Amino acid sequence: MILILLILIPLVAGIISMFAKGAAKGIALFSSLATLAVAILISTDIHSGAQISWSMPWIPTLGSEISLLADGMSAMLCLLVGIVMPVIFITNSDKEVENQGSFYGLMLLSQAGITGVFLASDALLFYFFWELALVPVYFLCSIWGGEKRIAVTFKFFVYTFVGSVMLLAALIYLSLQNPGGNSFAWNNIVRAGASLPADQQQWLFWLIFIAFAIKMPMFPFHTWQPDTYEQSPTPVTIILSALMVKMGVFGVVRWLLPVVPEAVAFWSDTVITLSVIGIVYASLLAIVQTDLKRLVAYSSIAHMGLMSATAFSDTNVGMHGLMVQMFNHGINIAGMWVIISMVEQRWGTRNMKELGGMASTAPLMTIALVVIALANIALPLTNGFVGEFMLFNGLFVSGSQYHIVFMVIAGLGIILGAVYTLNMVQRTAYGETVAMKTGGDLAASEYIGLAIIIGLIILLGVYPAPLLQLTAGVSGLMMP
Amino acid sequence: MTNLVYLVPLFPLIGFLINGIGWRKIPKSAGGIIGSLAVLASFAVSLGIFFEVKSTGAVTSVHLYDFIRSGSLNIPFVFQVDALSSLFLLIITGVGFLIHVYSTSYMHDDEGMVKYFAFLNLFVFSMLLLVLGGNYLIMFIGWEGVGLCSYLLIGFWFKNRDYTNAAKKAFVMNRIGDLGFLVGMLLVLYHFGTLSYGDFFGQITTGNAPVSESTYNWIAICFFIGAMGKSAQIPLYTWLPDAMAGPTPVSALIHAATMVTAGIYMIARSSVLYNLAPMAQDLVAVIGLATAIVAASIAIKQYDIKKVLAYSTVSQLGFMFLALGVGAYTTAVFHVMTHAFFKALLFLGSGSVIHAMGGEQDIRYMGGLNKKMRITGITFLIGCLAIAGIPGFSGFFSKDEILASVYAHSPVMYYLALGAALMTAFYMFRLYFLTFTGKFRGTHEQEHHLHESPAAITIPLVVLAILSVIGGYVGLPPVISEHHTLNSYLAPVVSNFNVHHLEHATEWMLMGLSTGLVVIMIVVAYSVTKKPNFVPNTGIAKALENKWYVDELYDAIIVRPIAALSAVLNNFVERLGIDGAVNGVGKLVNWGSGKVRLVQSGQVGFYIFAMVLGITVLFAIGFFWIQ
Repeated sequence: MILILLILIPLVAGIISMFAKGAAKGIALFSSLATLAVAILISTDIHSGAQISWSMPWIPTLGSEISLLADGMSAMLCLLVGIVMPVIFITNSDKEVENQGSFYGLMLLSQAGITGVFLASDALLFYFFWELALVPVYFLCSIWGGEKRIAVTFKFFVYTFVGSVMLLAALIYLSLQNPGGNSFAWNNIVRAGASLPADQQQWLFWLIFIAFAIKMPMFPFHTWQPDTYEQSPTPVTIILSALMVKMGVFGVVRWLLPVVPEAVAFWSDTVITLSVIGIVYASLLAIVQTDLKRLVAYSSIAHMGLMSATAFSDTNVGMHGLMVQMFNHGINIAGMWVIISMVEQRWGTRNMKELGGMASTAPLMTIALVVIALANIALPLTNGFVGEFMLFNGLFVSGSQYHIVFMVIAGLGIILGAVYTLNMVQRTAYGETVAMKTGGDLAASEYIGLAIIIGLIILLGVYPAPLLQLTAGVSGLMMP
Repeated sequence: MTNLVYLVPLFPLIGFLINGIGWRKIPKSAGGIIGSLAVLASFAVSLGIFFEVKSTGAVTSVHLYDFIRSGSLNIPFVFQVDALSSLFLLIITGVGFLIHVYSTSYMHDDEGMVKYFAFLNLFVFSMLLLVLGGNYLIMFIGWEGVGLCSYLLIGFWFKNRDYTNAAKKAFVMNRIGDLGFLVGMLLVLYHFGTLSYGDFFGQITTGNAPVSESTYNWIAICFFIGAMGKSAQIPLYTWLPDAMAGPTPVSALIHAATMVTAGIYMIARSSVLYNLAPMAQDLVAVIGLATAIVAASIAIKQYDIKKVLAYSTVSQLGFMFLALGVGAYTTAVFHVMTHAFFKALLFLGSGSVIHAMGGEQDIRYMGGLNKKMRITGITFLIGCLAIAGIPGFSGFFSKDEILASVYAHSPVMYYLALGAALMTAFYMFRLYFLTFTGKFRGTHEQEHHLHESPAAITIPLVVLAILSVIGGYVGLPPVISEHHTLNSYLAPVVSNFNVHHLEHATEWMLMGLSTGLVVIMIVVAYSVTKKPNFVPNTGIAKALENKWYVDELYDAIIVRPIAALSAVLNNFVERLGIDGAVNGVGKLVNWGSGKVRLVQSGQVGFYIFAMVLGITVLFAIGFFWIQ
């Protein structure tokens, strides 16, 4: 029962916000803090391998019900949602948004959808939430976005629409394969899929995989992402990059790997190859970006490349590292966007050529930027390191005959990552001072939001045990 | 006492936190005192630990908590206290403390002084983690931590674009090495299932590990790649001279005495591994020798006082790797120690000079400083005598030990190394004579301001000068004494490999040869600097002045191609290729939907026709499917 609260709270709060106008901000913050409390409560109940589930009837004729399940991975992701949403609302609390009732309402609806994706253990329900998460984002982007928002949203829409249709087709096909009649239940889908002959698994694999690959996004399905991140208002960019990309990884782990295992084994080298190419490719592109948002967008593609590579490496340590990194990537990139949005607000530009000397004018902002940048390059004792180390370890011990090559090419990302991340620090924080147009160093609300992020970066970097324990044994569940 | 080892890194961490959090409120002098006291407290504990280890010879593990635990992978946060780590503790906190004291005066006019001490304490903390770690992962944490502090301190004066470029270059080049370190760790984990020194070396020595020699070689080479970055060896050395952009005490502490010796520590720590990896050992020796020679040659033609010392450091580190490569691990550690004394002394001395010269670093505009700066001059001379290897001074003992081990390994390498040692004597005394003797060549205003530095600067100089003299007596050569104090101290954890002992007569001969030639080089240096004449260099001298154009070479073969590749990917592949394909799909959808829209004609008859057609098709599909 407690699980449905995680979805209901933002859903109801979102609908209320739509009509609440001025009070929407407060409602959003309050609701997000309530979901955080629930997520914490759930997480403390889940120990290595334990789960909580809940279900009620929905569409019996189709063999679908509202069934939710939280294991370590779901709980971890709900916790991430629970932390990131309040940070968005807190850091945004000083800023005025036009038509804010709808804005916050749509944000909360998207939160409900994302949470649903992470909890659904019924394929149709999963698909339902998948779309529920996306639709508000189309509106948020196309109404509150930047100058090129219409073209960009259209591209985003085409991409995700293609993916969604393929995903739905695959899920329906799988639901029809259940020997005891139509069923969308996760374990029936897994049983049906795994018992299919290899040739059928092959095309199902591509239908499902492309949907998730677009979402992550994985090279070469990524070109919607830098444009969309650039054009979206920052709160939406945070939702997209910190939370929604995790839907792709989550989808792979829960709805792809166990469902078509033979095809996964067959295609894993191909996927890992694409992923490690993507790491180098995106890192090289990040080096030449001058727009902060695009730089972070490509940096994120590189990071996701390592995650997708390891997701297909079929190792316990890699899977565990993936869990840790999903969480930490979300925290870090949220921090990155918060800083970038503050830079844009104060200097009126995101172009690094027009920035500089922030260390003189805004020392606190600079400290936050440097810490988050260090987490971005996985410096030990920041949260980025533990997950990255485990991911590399997973990639390295995988059964693939190319495992060393994969690891070394992926490892180039840590060198190139230092190049573009330190470039960013140098060009914004160091050098001759460029005067701020408005504002000063951190405002109180920004201070709180960043303190949460930096606190987590250091805490989980020095003592990762809580996160490791929460997600221990997850890989076992995923491979029944 | 060893159980309290966590206090050693804890004090500087606390110092960092106090100065780091209160950097805007804490007065400058208080910041300096807090920073210095933190390191002094660490030094006190380290002394206690050192003497306890000396008397018991024990290897103690102190387990703090489980850092990474996942299935069978378990990497604890654990410290290992033994002879090797306790010796490094003393060097780091001892020399570190002196440099902190020095900095209280040197940095006093800088508005960022409290921040500076916070970074310096963070550095000491990281460096202590590096040497205290009981497994490679903790070493790696310290390893990257010192890299970060180095980055922050090289770019300390962040308004200067060149300085922050130097900081970035240092970090990125170190990262290249770090990738090697990481792959090495993963190989160890893969084959041995552990990163702990005890387990790993235990499995190696018992011979139970089903691992071939080539695997040992690969692991050892990967670790050495890490060491190349951190300890500035060919091909990853060019960041260190640029790192001189940082404040001079930072150069002394990080880029001479401690951090850059981390690579030597790593290989000495892994001596068990390297003993089984002959190919890797040869590589270490060759790279070390090449670096010693190349860097020494460049130092001959540099005019910036700090650049001379920087290339000298690279060259001396090369000597240490040469020693490691021929299996003389304890000798390398010995040279780490003496080098820490005399090179810190030389850097701090150069800082004192730069201070007095009002920021001038070019030795062409110095000269005759001896008269105005007696303590700096005398201590600097002691440093020069030590590094040149004049008998009686610390550098003599450690360098002689290296040369003797190399001779036993390969006479050819010996003569090459001797050549590098002679260049060392030349460039150091060229530096000394140009700076401290002869006539002053700067402006009148500078000459007017020349003064000896205050006590906070001269006292560390004097202490380091004393250490530079006496530091060598812990390792007397076999011809003088059979008892080598340092070797017997390190024996429980680091054992030398295949080091042949030379005949006494041979050793006397080698010693005499090198000493005689060094004295000749000093005389030569005196004669060429007596009437300095700075004409523009040509030919080889010009190539040396321009550091063999290695930076330009790297720029041409690595930096520019990567930038060009990135630009091509960004402008063509991404925009036209991938995105173009996607936009094409988008247009197709647009076009398709435009056509499909025409189908909605509003004629009911057509709809019914379409529906019937659709149902027929579905039936047909269903029929054939069942078949």
